[in-house]
Amino acid sequence: MFLRWFLYFVLILFALYFIFPLYVMIVTSLKTMEEIRQGTLLTWPSGLNFDSWAVAWGGRGYGAGDTFLKPYFWNSIKMVVPAVFFSTFIGAMTGYVLTKWRFKGDQWVFLFLLFGCFIPFQAILLPMARTLGVLGISNSVIGLVLVHTVYGIPFTTLFFRNYYVSVPTELVKAARIDGAGFFKIFFKILLPISAPIIVVTVIWQFTQIWNDFLFGSTFSFGEAAPIQVALNNMVLSSTSVKEYNVDMASAIIAGVPTLIVYVLAGKYFIRGLTSGAVKG
Amino acid sequence: MKTLKIQELSKNFGTTEVLRKINLEIDEGNFLVLLGPSGCGKSTLLNIIAGLETINEGNVFIDDYNVSKVEPKDRNIAMVFQSYALYPSMNVSENMIFGLKQAKVSKEKIEEQLQKVSKFLQVDALLERKPSQLSGGQRQRVAIGRALVREPRIFLFDEPLSNLDAKLRVEMRREIKKLHQQLKTTVVYVTHDQTEAMSLGTNIAIMNHGVIQQNDTPENIYNKPSNTFVADFIGSPSMNLIKGNLKQSSNQISFVANGSNFEIPINGYDFIEKSNLENKEVFFGIRPEHIFSKKSNEGNFEINLRADLSEYIGHEQIMTFDYENQEVLAKFPSTIKIELSKNTKLFFDLTQISLFDAKTEERI
Repeated sequence: MFLRWFLYFVLILFALYFIFPLYVMIVTSLKTMEEIRQGTLLTWPSGLNFDSWAVAWGGRGYGAGDTFLKPYFWNSIKMVVPAVFFSTFIGAMTGYVLTKWRFKGDQWVFLFLLFGCFIPFQAILLPMARTLGVLGISNSVIGLVLVHTVYGIPFTTLFFRNYYVSVPTELVKAARIDGAGFFKIFFKILLPISAPIIVVTVIWQFTQIWNDFLFGSTFSFGEAAPIQVALNNMVLSSTSVKEYNVDMASAIIAGVPTLIVYVLAGKYFIRGLTSGAVKG
Repeated sequence: MKTLKIQELSKNFGTTEVLRKINLEIDEGNFLVLLGPSGCGKSTLLNIIAGLETINEGNVFIDDYNVSKVEPKDRNIAMVFQSYALYPSMNVSENMIFGLKQAKVSKEKIEEQLQKVSKFLQVDALLERKPSQLSGGQRQRVAIGRALVREPRIFLFDEPLSNLDAKLRVEMRREIKKLHQQLKTTVVYVTHDQTEAMSLGTNIAIMNHGVIQQNDTPENIYNKPSNTFVADFIGSPSMNLIKGNLKQSSNQISFVANGSNFEIPINGYDFIEKSNLENKEVFFGIRPEHIFSKKSNEGNFEINLRADLSEYIGHEQIMTFDYENQEVLAKFPSTIKIELSKNTKLFFDLTQISLFDAKTEERI
């Protein structure tokens, strides 16, 4: 009995520890600058005041120098949707080939792909910048889509390969005898049973790409920047006073999409990560 | 015309030789079982017949047509797999007609085939279900149904019963046998279970190390194994192989076990080659079920051996005897009482014996 209460005590303590910063962020974003200066971090706001949210999202309405999130938010959406789609799709295809259409040296291909998971991304910034320049897509959303797709493939391939390894190869044999070809087997037989791993991959890729700052800040600037870069610019480039309430609102806005993806698909995430690990 | 003919077929994976110069023929309507221990190449051979594996040397003919380089779907075969391999995202009827749809068969024909086969296999009530909602036996039946609707020239079975529990396995075995009796389609069936092979096959090809050891009827496989591998592989417990020499003196041929001082006359034995028998080193093969505790016929040879071990298994008991330091196993009804560590009178049925050359291990 004591142990149980102790357990709850520890759990609640940890929960508070994690919720506390979020509480501060939300509370601060709802205060006016006046309230922030006079109260403490934990003081409850006087009312539901969404002004700072509006400023964070849409700006103050005066011309030059006003940075707000709305255009960059859409930049990020335009970057993250195709990048997640392509990297997931290509990873699924590669995983399918590496497990069901084995060829000579396929382990080597897989090994080299795995290197992609371990290479620190700082190491490839310069060659990638040159590549984007040659292709004529530097400082564009398309360029970022390419970068994120390419560097997502090692992870997505790893996920799909490990998932398809546990799918009996006899399925593919049966389908070949039934007359289905390479693509038909993939689309009609393997893809329909890949929902758990697709969810895992999409969450993973979405989080990685949405939260990425390194590639975004290196390969884009100004109007083509994704939201994380814009957030950074906003917070660091305020001229006179630090507007904590706007900063907090901006940070929350930048984090909400990943939260939504987690809430919608979270239970599949856990299920997908553990499937294959334990058989039966 | 042979339904299936395999000619001088060889297959290797890298430097590993999996199949060596396989020759095999099946007549229309026969049930051929490929039997052997794991790793003997039997599944590879089946995959080659199906077209799922490539060939290094040799050819495969179906109805005298060389299909060595023909795609699996164009070989007019159907295959049932060990894991059933039902498409998990499709229901039973979609599973069964997937092949026909790929072949662009007309809708009416597909519907007709589906009705016929699903009634025949008694899965017509399950057509809307997903494979995950079926029991092992039902899945097996659907897998067979998927093969049936295509009306193939040859059925290929790859250990189809290994995933079922013991009771269901015996049931499904009978059903496959009935199915073959009704349809009379040619079957090639891979298994490592000798009971399955014996009860199903009209022919059994026993394989080891990528070579066919013997391809014969179940009766001949059991009664006249062509080498010591087959003799040892078939039967449970397997055949006793007693080491010794042959003695030949004016129309009288006999066997003397190593270290033994008496001769077992084997005049009735049907030798393949009757020359050079004198002093030949041989294995004298006799099955445990052909050793009796009471005289059963005139061909019996009486012998006294010491009983060392008794294993009781319900309806029968397996006794181990000592024959000049060689173990001899015998099977008796469990009602018979035999005292251990004492000499016991036994009768060898000499009409049922096999003799093998000790060097080549081939039947003589």
